[in-house]
Amino acid sequence: MARKVTSRRVWVSTTAAWFFGFLIFLPILWMFLTGFKTELDAFAMPPVFLFFHWTTENYATVQGRSDYLHHALNSILIAGGSTLIAMLIAVPAAWSMAFAPTKRTKDVLLWMLSTKMMPPVGVLVPIYLIYRDFGMLDTRAGLVMILCLGNLPIVIWMLFTYFKEIPKDILEAARMDGATIGRELIYVLAPMAIPGLASTLLLNFILAWNEAFWTLNLSTSDAAPLTVFIASYSSPEGLFWAKLSAASTLAIAPIIVLGWFTQRQLVRGLTFGAVK
Amino acid sequence: MATQQTQVLGRALLTPAVALLFIWMIVPLAMTIYFSTLHYSLLDPGTESFVGLENYRYFLTDPAFLTSLRNTLVLVGSVLAITILLGTPLALLIDQPVIGRSVVRLMVIAPFFVMPTVSALVWKNLLMHPVSGLFAWGATLIGATPIDWFTDAPLLAVILIVSWQWLPFATLILLTALQSQDEEQKEAAEMDGASAFSTFLYLTLPHLARPITVVILIETIFLLSVFAEIFVTTGGGPGLQTTNIAFLIYSQALIQFDVGNASAGGLVAVVIANIVAFFLVRIIGRNLEA
Repeated sequence: MARKVTSRRVWVSTTAAWFFGFLIFLPILWMFLTGFKTELDAFAMPPVFLFFHWTTENYATVQGRSDYLHHALNSILIAGGSTLIAMLIAVPAAWSMAFAPTKRTKDVLLWMLSTKMMPPVGVLVPIYLIYRDFGMLDTRAGLVMILCLGNLPIVIWMLFTYFKEIPKDILEAARMDGATIGRELIYVLAPMAIPGLASTLLLNFILAWNEAFWTLNLSTSDAAPLTVFIASYSSPEGLFWAKLSAASTLAIAPIIVLGWFTQRQLVRGLTFGAVK
Repeated sequence: MATQQTQVLGRALLTPAVALLFIWMIVPLAMTIYFSTLHYSLLDPGTESFVGLENYRYFLTDPAFLTSLRNTLVLVGSVLAITILLGTPLALLIDQPVIGRSVVRLMVIAPFFVMPTVSALVWKNLLMHPVSGLFAWGATLIGATPIDWFTDAPLLAVILIVSWQWLPFATLILLTALQSQDEEQKEAAEMDGASAFSTFLYLTLPHLARPITVVILIETIFLLSVFAEIFVTTGGGPGLQTTNIAFLIYSQALIQFDVGNASAGGLVAVVIANIVAFFLVRIIGRNLEA
């Protein structure tokens, strides 16, 4: 029996939910609007909400003055590179723990997880010195490496929880029919694993894109991704809010859209399967 | 039952990941421990000498450490309180019959995907600016004096920014948990004449106990390391008012170039995080067997 829902109750909860949802979203919306204002309108008091002189000038300035595309490319290469390499290392490891578990598998998993809980600042000094001595400061390769290692535990965990849900009987059946491990991987495992692989890839791309401890500490210009590029706006130089807003909109828009596709995986990925 | 062949293969496939994580964890950590026993300043190279536990004594008795420890605890505690106390009712609300629920969900979850440097600067300049920020305008509307957030209440300003970033996380996890609650149990309670409030108190709240614990532990792990938001808004100031432990260690390492002292501080941070991690790993481990 469905629970009785009065239309009054629907109306009240809908209004309240939309109101609070809008309130939480407001800073992002406000930033988006400010990006299309002149600097004068951006500073106006009382604020102008929709009826201002819309301009796309800020977007041109952001690219012209500080080479936005260079930093966007860095973000794509660093987030993409670190995620892909992490996947290459994690897929075999997760496969092995899900399908050929040993007595120690649980301990290995929890140990991997505990590496993620080490505060990055605890190893800031040695990593910084190693990077300095090997000439890896402000290089894309250096950032790819550190973000890859930092996210590896989450990648392995997410893949492990997905692989575990694949019924083992199917694999046994394939093996009975004489499939080799290679064929088993391609024809049986892959089709069932692709959704899990895709969402792991997506979520970790987002996490790497937004990572702002190592990128701020290990890069300054050549390899600087968007997190660092935006941080350069923290020293004010005259009226710059519309430009800050335009640059910020460019930096977060693609990732918010990707993020909306991964909301469900987000829970799984960030709680390590503790909440389903 | 896995064959011997699969077991050998399994071990071979697992090795690279384990080896990499082991190196990534052990080598830098060992270096941190080693550095922490040295007098070692980058400004004065070639004068490294063994000083035993001197750096720890210095770091732990430094008034800056106590201040930043207090700031860290206030920051973590406040953000946890705000995200749980607002996230729970918000999740309950979205779980109600709401027209256009998926759009509301999208709006609520969005802040989580905003990179920390963007959210900090947008809040600082567009919302919290004492002259032309949205909050200042709101204050004048109700006849109040606008607050100069980063001068008068800098730590509170950082807390609000970080809470906005983590509220979606708490809400989304609690919402996911609510949606897995047994509907029939609630119906039965209602038919037996239970009020909405007692249904919430005796059925929903116990059901949420575990996800809330998970949210607390995971947020704590990440909140202990809040860095970028402080880096771009206050730089730890004014004075030490917004310096947390992570930022203190960063400034000792990369501003004062005191490697020995920063390493000692780094290990203190690792110990604090490990206390939390211990409980989190136990909860997750229990879940792994179920």
